[in-house]
Amino acid sequence: MTDTSAATPLSRKDFVSDQDVRWCPGCGDYSILAQTQKTMPDLGVPKEKFVFVAGIGCSSRFPYYMNAFGFHTIHGRAPAIATGVKIANPDLSVWVITGDGDALSIGGNHLIHVLRRNVDINIVMFNNQIYGLTKGQYSPTSEFGKKTKSSPFGSLDRPFNPPSVALGAQSTFVARTIDSHTHHLQEMLKRVHEHKGTSFLEVYQNCNIFNDGAFAHLKDREVKDDNVLELKHGEPMIFGKEKNKGIRLNGFNPEMVKIGTGISADDLLVHDENNRNLAGLLANFTEDDSLPTPLGVIYSEDQPRYEELMIEQIEEAKKKLGEGDLQKLLAGTDTWEVA
Amino acid sequence: MAEKNVEKIESVVIRFAGDSGDGMQLMGDRFTSTSALVGNDLGTFPDFPAEIRAPAGSLAGVSAFQLQFSSKDIFTPGDQLDALVAMNPAALKMHIKDLKTGGILIVNKSNFTAKNLKMAGWESNPLEDDSLMDYMLYDIEISRLLANATEDMDITSKTVERSKNFFGLGLLYWMYGRPIEPTIEWLKKKFKKRPELIEANTRALKTGYNFGDITESFATQYEVGPAPFESGTYRNIVGNHAAGLGLLAAAQSSGLPLFFGGYPITPASDILHQLSHYRNYGVKTFQAEDEIAGVGSAIGASFTGNLSVTASSGPGICLKGEAIGLAVISELPLVVLNIQRAGPSTGMPTKTEQADFFLSMYGRNGESPVPILTPATPGDCFFIAYEACRIALKYMTPVFVLSDAFLANGSEPWIIPQLSDLQKIEVSFAEKEDGPYLPYERDEKSLARQWAVPGTAGLEHRIGGLEREHISGNVSYDPDNHDLMVKLRAQKVAGMIREIPPTEIYGDSTGELLIIGWGSTFGAIRTAVMSLRDDGKSVSQAHLKWLNPLPADLGEILLRFQTVLIPEVNSGQLIKLIRSEFLIDAIGLNIVRGEPYRKSQIIEKVEEIL
Repeated sequence: MTDTSAATPLSRKDFVSDQDVRWCPGCGDYSILAQTQKTMPDLGVPKEKFVFVAGIGCSSRFPYYMNAFGFHTIHGRAPAIATGVKIANPDLSVWVITGDGDALSIGGNHLIHVLRRNVDINIVMFNNQIYGLTKGQYSPTSEFGKKTKSSPFGSLDRPFNPPSVALGAQSTFVARTIDSHTHHLQEMLKRVHEHKGTSFLEVYQNCNIFNDGAFAHLKDREVKDDNVLELKHGEPMIFGKEKNKGIRLNGFNPEMVKIGTGISADDLLVHDENNRNLAGLLANFTEDDSLPTPLGVIYSEDQPRYEELMIEQIEEAKKKLGEGDLQKLLAGTDTWEVA
Repeated sequence: MAEKNVEKIESVVIRFAGDSGDGMQLMGDRFTSTSALVGNDLGTFPDFPAEIRAPAGSLAGVSAFQLQFSSKDIFTPGDQLDALVAMNPAALKMHIKDLKTGGILIVNKSNFTAKNLKMAGWESNPLEDDSLMDYMLYDIEISRLLANATEDMDITSKTVERSKNFFGLGLLYWMYGRPIEPTIEWLKKKFKKRPELIEANTRALKTGYNFGDITESFATQYEVGPAPFESGTYRNIVGNHAAGLGLLAAAQSSGLPLFFGGYPITPASDILHQLSHYRNYGVKTFQAEDEIAGVGSAIGASFTGNLSVTASSGPGICLKGEAIGLAVISELPLVVLNIQRAGPSTGMPTKTEQADFFLSMYGRNGESPVPILTPATPGDCFFIAYEACRIALKYMTPVFVLSDAFLANGSEPWIIPQLSDLQKIEVSFAEKEDGPYLPYERDEKSLARQWAVPGTAGLEHRIGGLEREHISGNVSYDPDNHDLMVKLRAQKVAGMIREIPPTEIYGDSTGELLIIGWGSTFGAIRTAVMSLRDDGKSVSQAHLKWLNPLPADLGEILLRFQTVLIPEVNSGQLIKLIRSEFLIDAIGLNIVRGEPYRKSQIIEKVEEIL
């Protein structure tokens, strides 16, 4: 798909559509849109080969604002529609823009199945842990007990852990970033593009109207470094404002340790993007208050792509059976003549 | 050898019935194929249970195959049976009511054990009392005869037992004077790798044939000569298979890749199975995680420039409804095959019905018009599937095809069409011109918008499920624009009336009664009308292949008849549309038993009216 023959280099403004952006002022979606528009020109893909497919929700208006081929479809079904796009033309760079409700609630079934098939599409899931477009009901990633418009006494739902869902669905690429970390977000968008197979990128996104501050502990300058673990392949897991905290394995369980108190970087877990067991551990970090939230590529593996396998089957069948002769096929095997 | 009579007859209706493991469908299939080779006209009706394997010997596990073969032109698998083969007491219990008085009844006596009789609910053995005295009963110990006939062979008793359907087949071949060689050839091909099965089944076939020949109790052979077919090359074709071929033909004619997204459901799955074999034709079949993803993937492929199809049955079509609405508003070509079955809900999955017309017509939110086509016979499924593709591509619209379980599984002799005779499907994609691309600019005549596929430089655009602004395709909430778009979408479908050929009327073009039908009722209505006309009744038939829009000449035709009768295998759906569109007091015939109509039911209704 990478095509470096594009005549003139693309820039951010090539990807800005003529439509007014209509998200609420201050919404985290603006940053994601901007970083996407900034990143696309650097991917080496001709503009006409980008396709953005979305379902329903605030996030899913995204295709209207990208000057690319776009399809704003129906609630939860974007992965299915994008699968059809990619199978029909594997040469396209296909992106699914979705939210926590669209991807994990109404579209949960499509999400898990596209992940296991490993169709080469890029899924960017904006997770704001709330329903924004319908004005403030709890979502499948909202915390237990959350009081919202539809749960005045507190939500009774246990939330999904999105990377765990993705890993459980045999995803070959799982990553997480956050709307306000612009450079990290851009880097993750590049990684998502580079991965061959279905990529799942969770983007923590602030809904400043219905769930403001949901990720404040990961964003506020004062505290974020103590709460975020930025994953780097092959490097020990060190974090903290003073770079003095690390993650060590104690039996089966990860624990936070302070470097210096008889513990050195050599004692820490080293990140390995290709280790599925480690990915499982990292995915669970968000369920343990004593551990930081991992950002970055949690897991990546190379597996055959669905659409490529299909083309191989077609080529193989043509080789073995010859190009089909439809007139012959119409006749079948048992015919008779009437004079 | 006893001297046998040979009696010439015009048509025969036979039914094979037995346990679902007894190979009744196979038996029917072979008898059909052989009868086609001797030149009979044919109609078939496989009728199998929904359960994969209900307990052996139970009523729920009975599987049957009916066929009519004839030396004249026929249109149905027939009504009452001339001959019934019942392999066990349950099959006898289920099907004996359809056998004509004096009809031939062949049963496998070996299976009439106390246990099997009890399972089937016979209080006493019907072979031993007088309950079958109205029929010509041949109770044959097939299992014992076959055991004897294969004594010299090194095969298991299980294999012998499993070949008993071929005994029955052989006996019927003798009875109706058909050759056994084509079946032996077929066995050789089918079981190339298992010579013991070729041997066992061939022996069973011959044993059955010879049994008829040498047994005194079979005094008569029947001869059904070839039917007067139009000259040409023929094959036997099943409805679903014909539909699959029609889709492939449309793909080739249009030059587009065929994409099929679907989810297995009875009785539509065969289309997915069949197309999945056509990889060497470049066909992309996608078995999705559910019905919604089936149609969703098809819509995605359509956006990307493929000829896209999904197929399902009632429950699946319900699930696809929202996505079909998306195809309506985003004006993308899509063919939706609904192989109707008895509902509501899961209903009776293997039984036929025509109750999804309103679902197709009105079963989506908002004003969401789609064209609806419907095949009349199994072979017609080919042409209707082809036409549906042509319309979808020409008008940039989803198109419904309403088939049903009866058409899907039924078969008929089919004159093999020449691809070159089919109306060529022309497709043109949008190309880059000066100025911005306007996705909702329309062709003046067809009102179709242009198809601009991803990958075409300069045509980047956005579509979706929100209301579009006329011409620009931008999202619009403007009331006037919505009103205009609702009307344009309706006008586009209404304008397809120009595609509908003049309605053919069978019988007089004016008269006392016109019977209007659609879909699989064609054969029963035609047969009834022929018979009524032979009796001097003023009855004609018009069979619709387009249900939306209705043919332009229909209103005027209706006025030429005193009365209009509309038989449907539903509680009255087309009739409501006809009554409201044309303000006529049409009469309905609405028997909803999960079965196709019989000629007699239609004649009875006509006699009530006239």
